[in-house]
Amino acid sequence: MTSTVEAPPTEPRLASHRPLHRRRSVTNTVFVVAVWVAFALVTGALGAVLAFVIVKGAPVVSWQFLTTSPIQIRADQPDTAQVFGLTLRYGMWPAIVGTVLITGMATLLAVPLGVMGGIYLNEYGARSRFAAVVRFLADVMTGVPSVVMGLFVFTVLVLPLHQRTGFAGAAALACLMVPIVIRSTEEMLRLVPDDIREASYGLGASQSRTILRVVLPSALPGIVSGALLAIARAAGETAPLLFTIGIVSATNPNLFSGPNTALSTQIFANASSPFPAAIARGWGAALVLIAITFAFTLLARLVVALFRKRQLG
Amino acid sequence: MRGCASTPAPLRFMTITASELTPPTPFAGSRRIGDRTFRILAVASGAAVLVLLGLIALTMTRASIPWFMTWGWSALFGTVWVPSTGANASLEALALIYGSLLTATIAMLIAVPLSIGIALFVTEVAPRALRKPVILIVDLLAVVPSVVFGLWGLNVLAKPLAGVYTSMSDAFAGWPVVGAVFTGKPVSGVSFMTAGLILALMATPIIASLSREVLATTPSALKEAALALGATRWEMVRGAVFPHARGGLVAAVMIGLGRALGETIAVVLLVGASARITTAVFSSGETMAAAIARNFNEATGTTRSALIGLGVVLFAITLLINIVARTIVQRVQKRGRGT
Repeated sequence: MTSTVEAPPTEPRLASHRPLHRRRSVTNTVFVVAVWVAFALVTGALGAVLAFVIVKGAPVVSWQFLTTSPIQIRADQPDTAQVFGLTLRYGMWPAIVGTVLITGMATLLAVPLGVMGGIYLNEYGARSRFAAVVRFLADVMTGVPSVVMGLFVFTVLVLPLHQRTGFAGAAALACLMVPIVIRSTEEMLRLVPDDIREASYGLGASQSRTILRVVLPSALPGIVSGALLAIARAAGETAPLLFTIGIVSATNPNLFSGPNTALSTQIFANASSPFPAAIARGWGAALVLIAITFAFTLLARLVVALFRKRQLG
Repeated sequence: MRGCASTPAPLRFMTITASELTPPTPFAGSRRIGDRTFRILAVASGAAVLVLLGLIALTMTRASIPWFMTWGWSALFGTVWVPSTGANASLEALALIYGSLLTATIAMLIAVPLSIGIALFVTEVAPRALRKPVILIVDLLAVVPSVVFGLWGLNVLAKPLAGVYTSMSDAFAGWPVVGAVFTGKPVSGVSFMTAGLILALMATPIIASLSREVLATTPSALKEAALALGATRWEMVRGAVFPHARGGLVAAVMIGLGRALGETIAVVLLVGASARITTAVFSSGETMAAAIARNFNEATGTTRSALIGLGVVLFAITLLINIVARTIVQRVQKRGRGT
């Protein structure tokens, strides 16, 4: 080949581009720096939020703060909790109980429904028209604002029954969780290879048996992880609870009768208070709530990581 | 679920491989009944999504009818919002719709470059060791409860921001356009701008993780080809990654926009409580979602109906945005499958 002919024409072209070359490298540097700045800003924002929640919340959170309700303190204990020179007459126990029970009930409502929905999409519906519609609308439903779910449950549960309950709050949270669980379950089931379904059918197992005994177990860590992420999101929600659970300052372990309370609604009530002691209480509750949501998020990753390790090992 | 945390269902760019095997026909009658019951349960659970969305639309629209009957078209296009029970009550939503759009626009102007920046950081620039930690940071930011953002914004950010707003509106006073935008009476720091800033922070993890997934689908052959032609990293991103990912990025931004429009609790705490239509971003305002949360528990009669009606408007807007976004995603998927 005539390699000698090809070389010369490129030479002058490169040379003539030299002034442009500096501009190109400057543009590139600007890009790289900008992207690093984006990283720094996002990290800084998370760091700032966390730092303030910890610094302002940690002195407030004590055993007494976690385990007493306001009435208990007033009755038989002196106001011992002196923080920032303020007297805290308020424990968070009722709100912690409320958050755990309401989120737990929401999980009981949403996870079975969501997992079955995911099973429908991947195992039964597959490429059918109806499944495509369900899949599309589940995606769309993840974008419905949480405050709308609160209004919806208010109109269908609270109004007809004439009472605000923990269960109504759980129903609103469940509405938020269902589409998330459906989609994450379908995603995980899709990763299960068809070979093992065929093997199960080959042994004469029915479809439901195959799904329950073979497909679900092999997709379980992923499904659990998806559910944990949905729980993390639901536990932090305020708007769906605002109109549905009512307001109460005593512990109410009964989700089906009487108003309830939750950490998120307590923070909301305290955040805009003019009293510094109330704001301090809000910071304490915020620390507890963030600890709960982060714990579930990290647990979700841990489940997947452990499973992957077991698979590889 | 590569830890895309609380993002609303990841954007998928794979072909849907459904299992289309035929299971054996069971012989025993009892087993067949069990099989059929399970199937019916699964189909019903899938249908639950349709039922829920239908119920939301139906019941809420019905509950909002008294509002429309009383106020007619001015319910949507009138500008005076006074949600009291007294004689001066006025339930016209335009100022609230404007407030929602303004705060969401501010949020998007900040969140879009920030989140696409951090997505590019993860996919193209970050040292390998930093990628997983950055993804974790974004995921954790996504699960910070909105009420905590509100608490932080109100008690930490608002005061220093008020000072910044004052000096900015002094600096820009008298300028055309800019002077009309960067102004207002920032007394406590609670304003459209403050709400928009926090909304930006809340929309960023969603847009970032969705667009990271989109950017990651760019074939490495394309990127390597660009680099081999002598492109710088930026030219590679502009010439190879962006054209490939444009549709998905638009969808990611729209989904983030939907989230910003519907976000409630942080905005209640940070936007003020005065429904108004103004270009002054440093003045206090009100949004649809915030008005609902602020007034619903005290509301009765037509006011309650109006607040549920605001919910319907919000539902319709976010539904529309998400439908368009998901349709874009599906179209992009189809195109990806075709080539």
